[in-house]
Amino acid sequence: MDRLLYVSMTGANRVMEAQARNAQNLANVGTTAFKATMDSAVSRKIDGPGLPSRFNVQTRDTTTDLSSGALVATGRSLDVALQGDGWMVVQDAEGAQALTRRGDLQVDANGLLRTGAGNLVQGEGGPIAIPPYAQLTLGGDGTVSIVPLGQGPEAQAVLDRVLLVRPDAETLERGSDGLFRVRGGELPPADAEVRMLSGHLEASNVNMAQAMVEMIELARQFELQVRMMRMAGDNADTAAQLMRMG
Amino acid sequence: MRALWIAKTGLDAQQTRMATVSNNLANVNTTGFKRGRAVFEDLVYQNVRQAGGQQSQNTEMPSGLYLGTGARVVATEKMFTQGSLVHTENAFDVAIQGRGFFQVLMPDGSQTYTRDGSFQIDSNGQLVTASGYQVQPAINVPNNARSVTIGVDGTVSVQLPGQAAPVQIGILQTADFVNPGGLEPRGENLFLETGASGPALTGTPGVNGLGTLIQGMVEGSNVNTVEELVNMIETQRAFELNSRSIRTSDEMLQYVTNNL
Repeated sequence: MDRLLYVSMTGANRVMEAQARNAQNLANVGTTAFKATMDSAVSRKIDGPGLPSRFNVQTRDTTTDLSSGALVATGRSLDVALQGDGWMVVQDAEGAQALTRRGDLQVDANGLLRTGAGNLVQGEGGPIAIPPYAQLTLGGDGTVSIVPLGQGPEAQAVLDRVLLVRPDAETLERGSDGLFRVRGGELPPADAEVRMLSGHLEASNVNMAQAMVEMIELARQFELQVRMMRMAGDNADTAAQLMRMG
Repeated sequence: MRALWIAKTGLDAQQTRMATVSNNLANVNTTGFKRGRAVFEDLVYQNVRQAGGQQSQNTEMPSGLYLGTGARVVATEKMFTQGSLVHTENAFDVAIQGRGFFQVLMPDGSQTYTRDGSFQIDSNGQLVTASGYQVQPAINVPNNARSVTIGVDGTVSVQLPGQAAPVQIGILQTADFVNPGGLEPRGENLFLETGASGPALTGTPGVNGLGTLIQGMVEGSNVNTVEELVNMIETQRAFELNSRSIRTSDEMLQYVTNNL
């Protein structure tokens, strides 16, 4: 049978993978500070007898669209959005440092600052412990200050500063837990340029319309590949018929 | 087919969010109600090809191939912002201005907490919630009391007939938590202490950061209807998009079965 069938199969397979990635983006349109995934494909030449006219396709890698999502005003003092291309350092499940932009912070029962996903937020001196407070303020540069419980505004105390960094976007990669890490593991030092906006959340950066168009386009591409497979079958049928006549 | 299941997780998540929004809207007039917010999270990624993997002796993959598996609602978080105070002129209506919860004793002896201060007295003169549960510390209003006054610090005093000086009958103490967002909503405007909320710290209203009490007012729901309606529209669109994604995946499979 003609190898066309296999070439089309790799095409259909690749489109299905791309459709899965697109569905992932669509499923996360409501996830705080979610970053859309993009992918790229590579053609692989089939060596062998005959003219070198056939190329299989393969999904090469997935990259992340690191552009900022829209800011949504929530009015909650523990909601923060990072402006520009900065990242917040948090602790992952293994206790290692990882990066995130989701800023729906909470103070847990032990007074530790966590993200909505439960990761400990790292300050410049490790996890940020917050004693009982009457008022909490997250400053533009990540400074956490409180008015302790039972005291007036004159007792304002600065606790720590959320560790904000700005690594090279090229070195960032997403782990299987959705957190980002710097390839090589070395985190850049704290960056005073990164700004944090309290009372806001960063929405998902998935562009709904674009994802929708992409979905339709992928579906049509898939039909095209299947059509090619069908034609490969038809060709084989016709060839077999010719044989019979002869 | 992966896309089908990924879109399904998106539908699930949006449905949960819709339920949260509906619950908020349904409780727009519930005294002391605190609105919920669905917190989303992306599900684990499948690492198909490792970033940085060696392609040859001298080259490595600049980025890997990670396929996500969808989204989910990781929590429905209660937002403990102050609700608007509504003037009622009822002597047994009390609102907390600031942090803190009233303590309520359940019939089974367990302790619950509420922001709903629309109290009443039962046939024994006992101060109870609108559902009839006893307010802690117990306050007994004598049946011949002419008027009841609840002070900003929780002091409850009554005016008895034939006496010029008011008589103090108890102090309405409130409780606070390190992380009120960790409290478990129990329905009937009540909350339960959990491991995440931390233990209850009781005290006198107005002292140590606890909010003061205001008699003759109740705290309304903190649901912002406009915001909820916007949330609803957003949820609906996201839901439509995900269901469209399912349909497209389905059509792709259908095309294969019809044409091959």
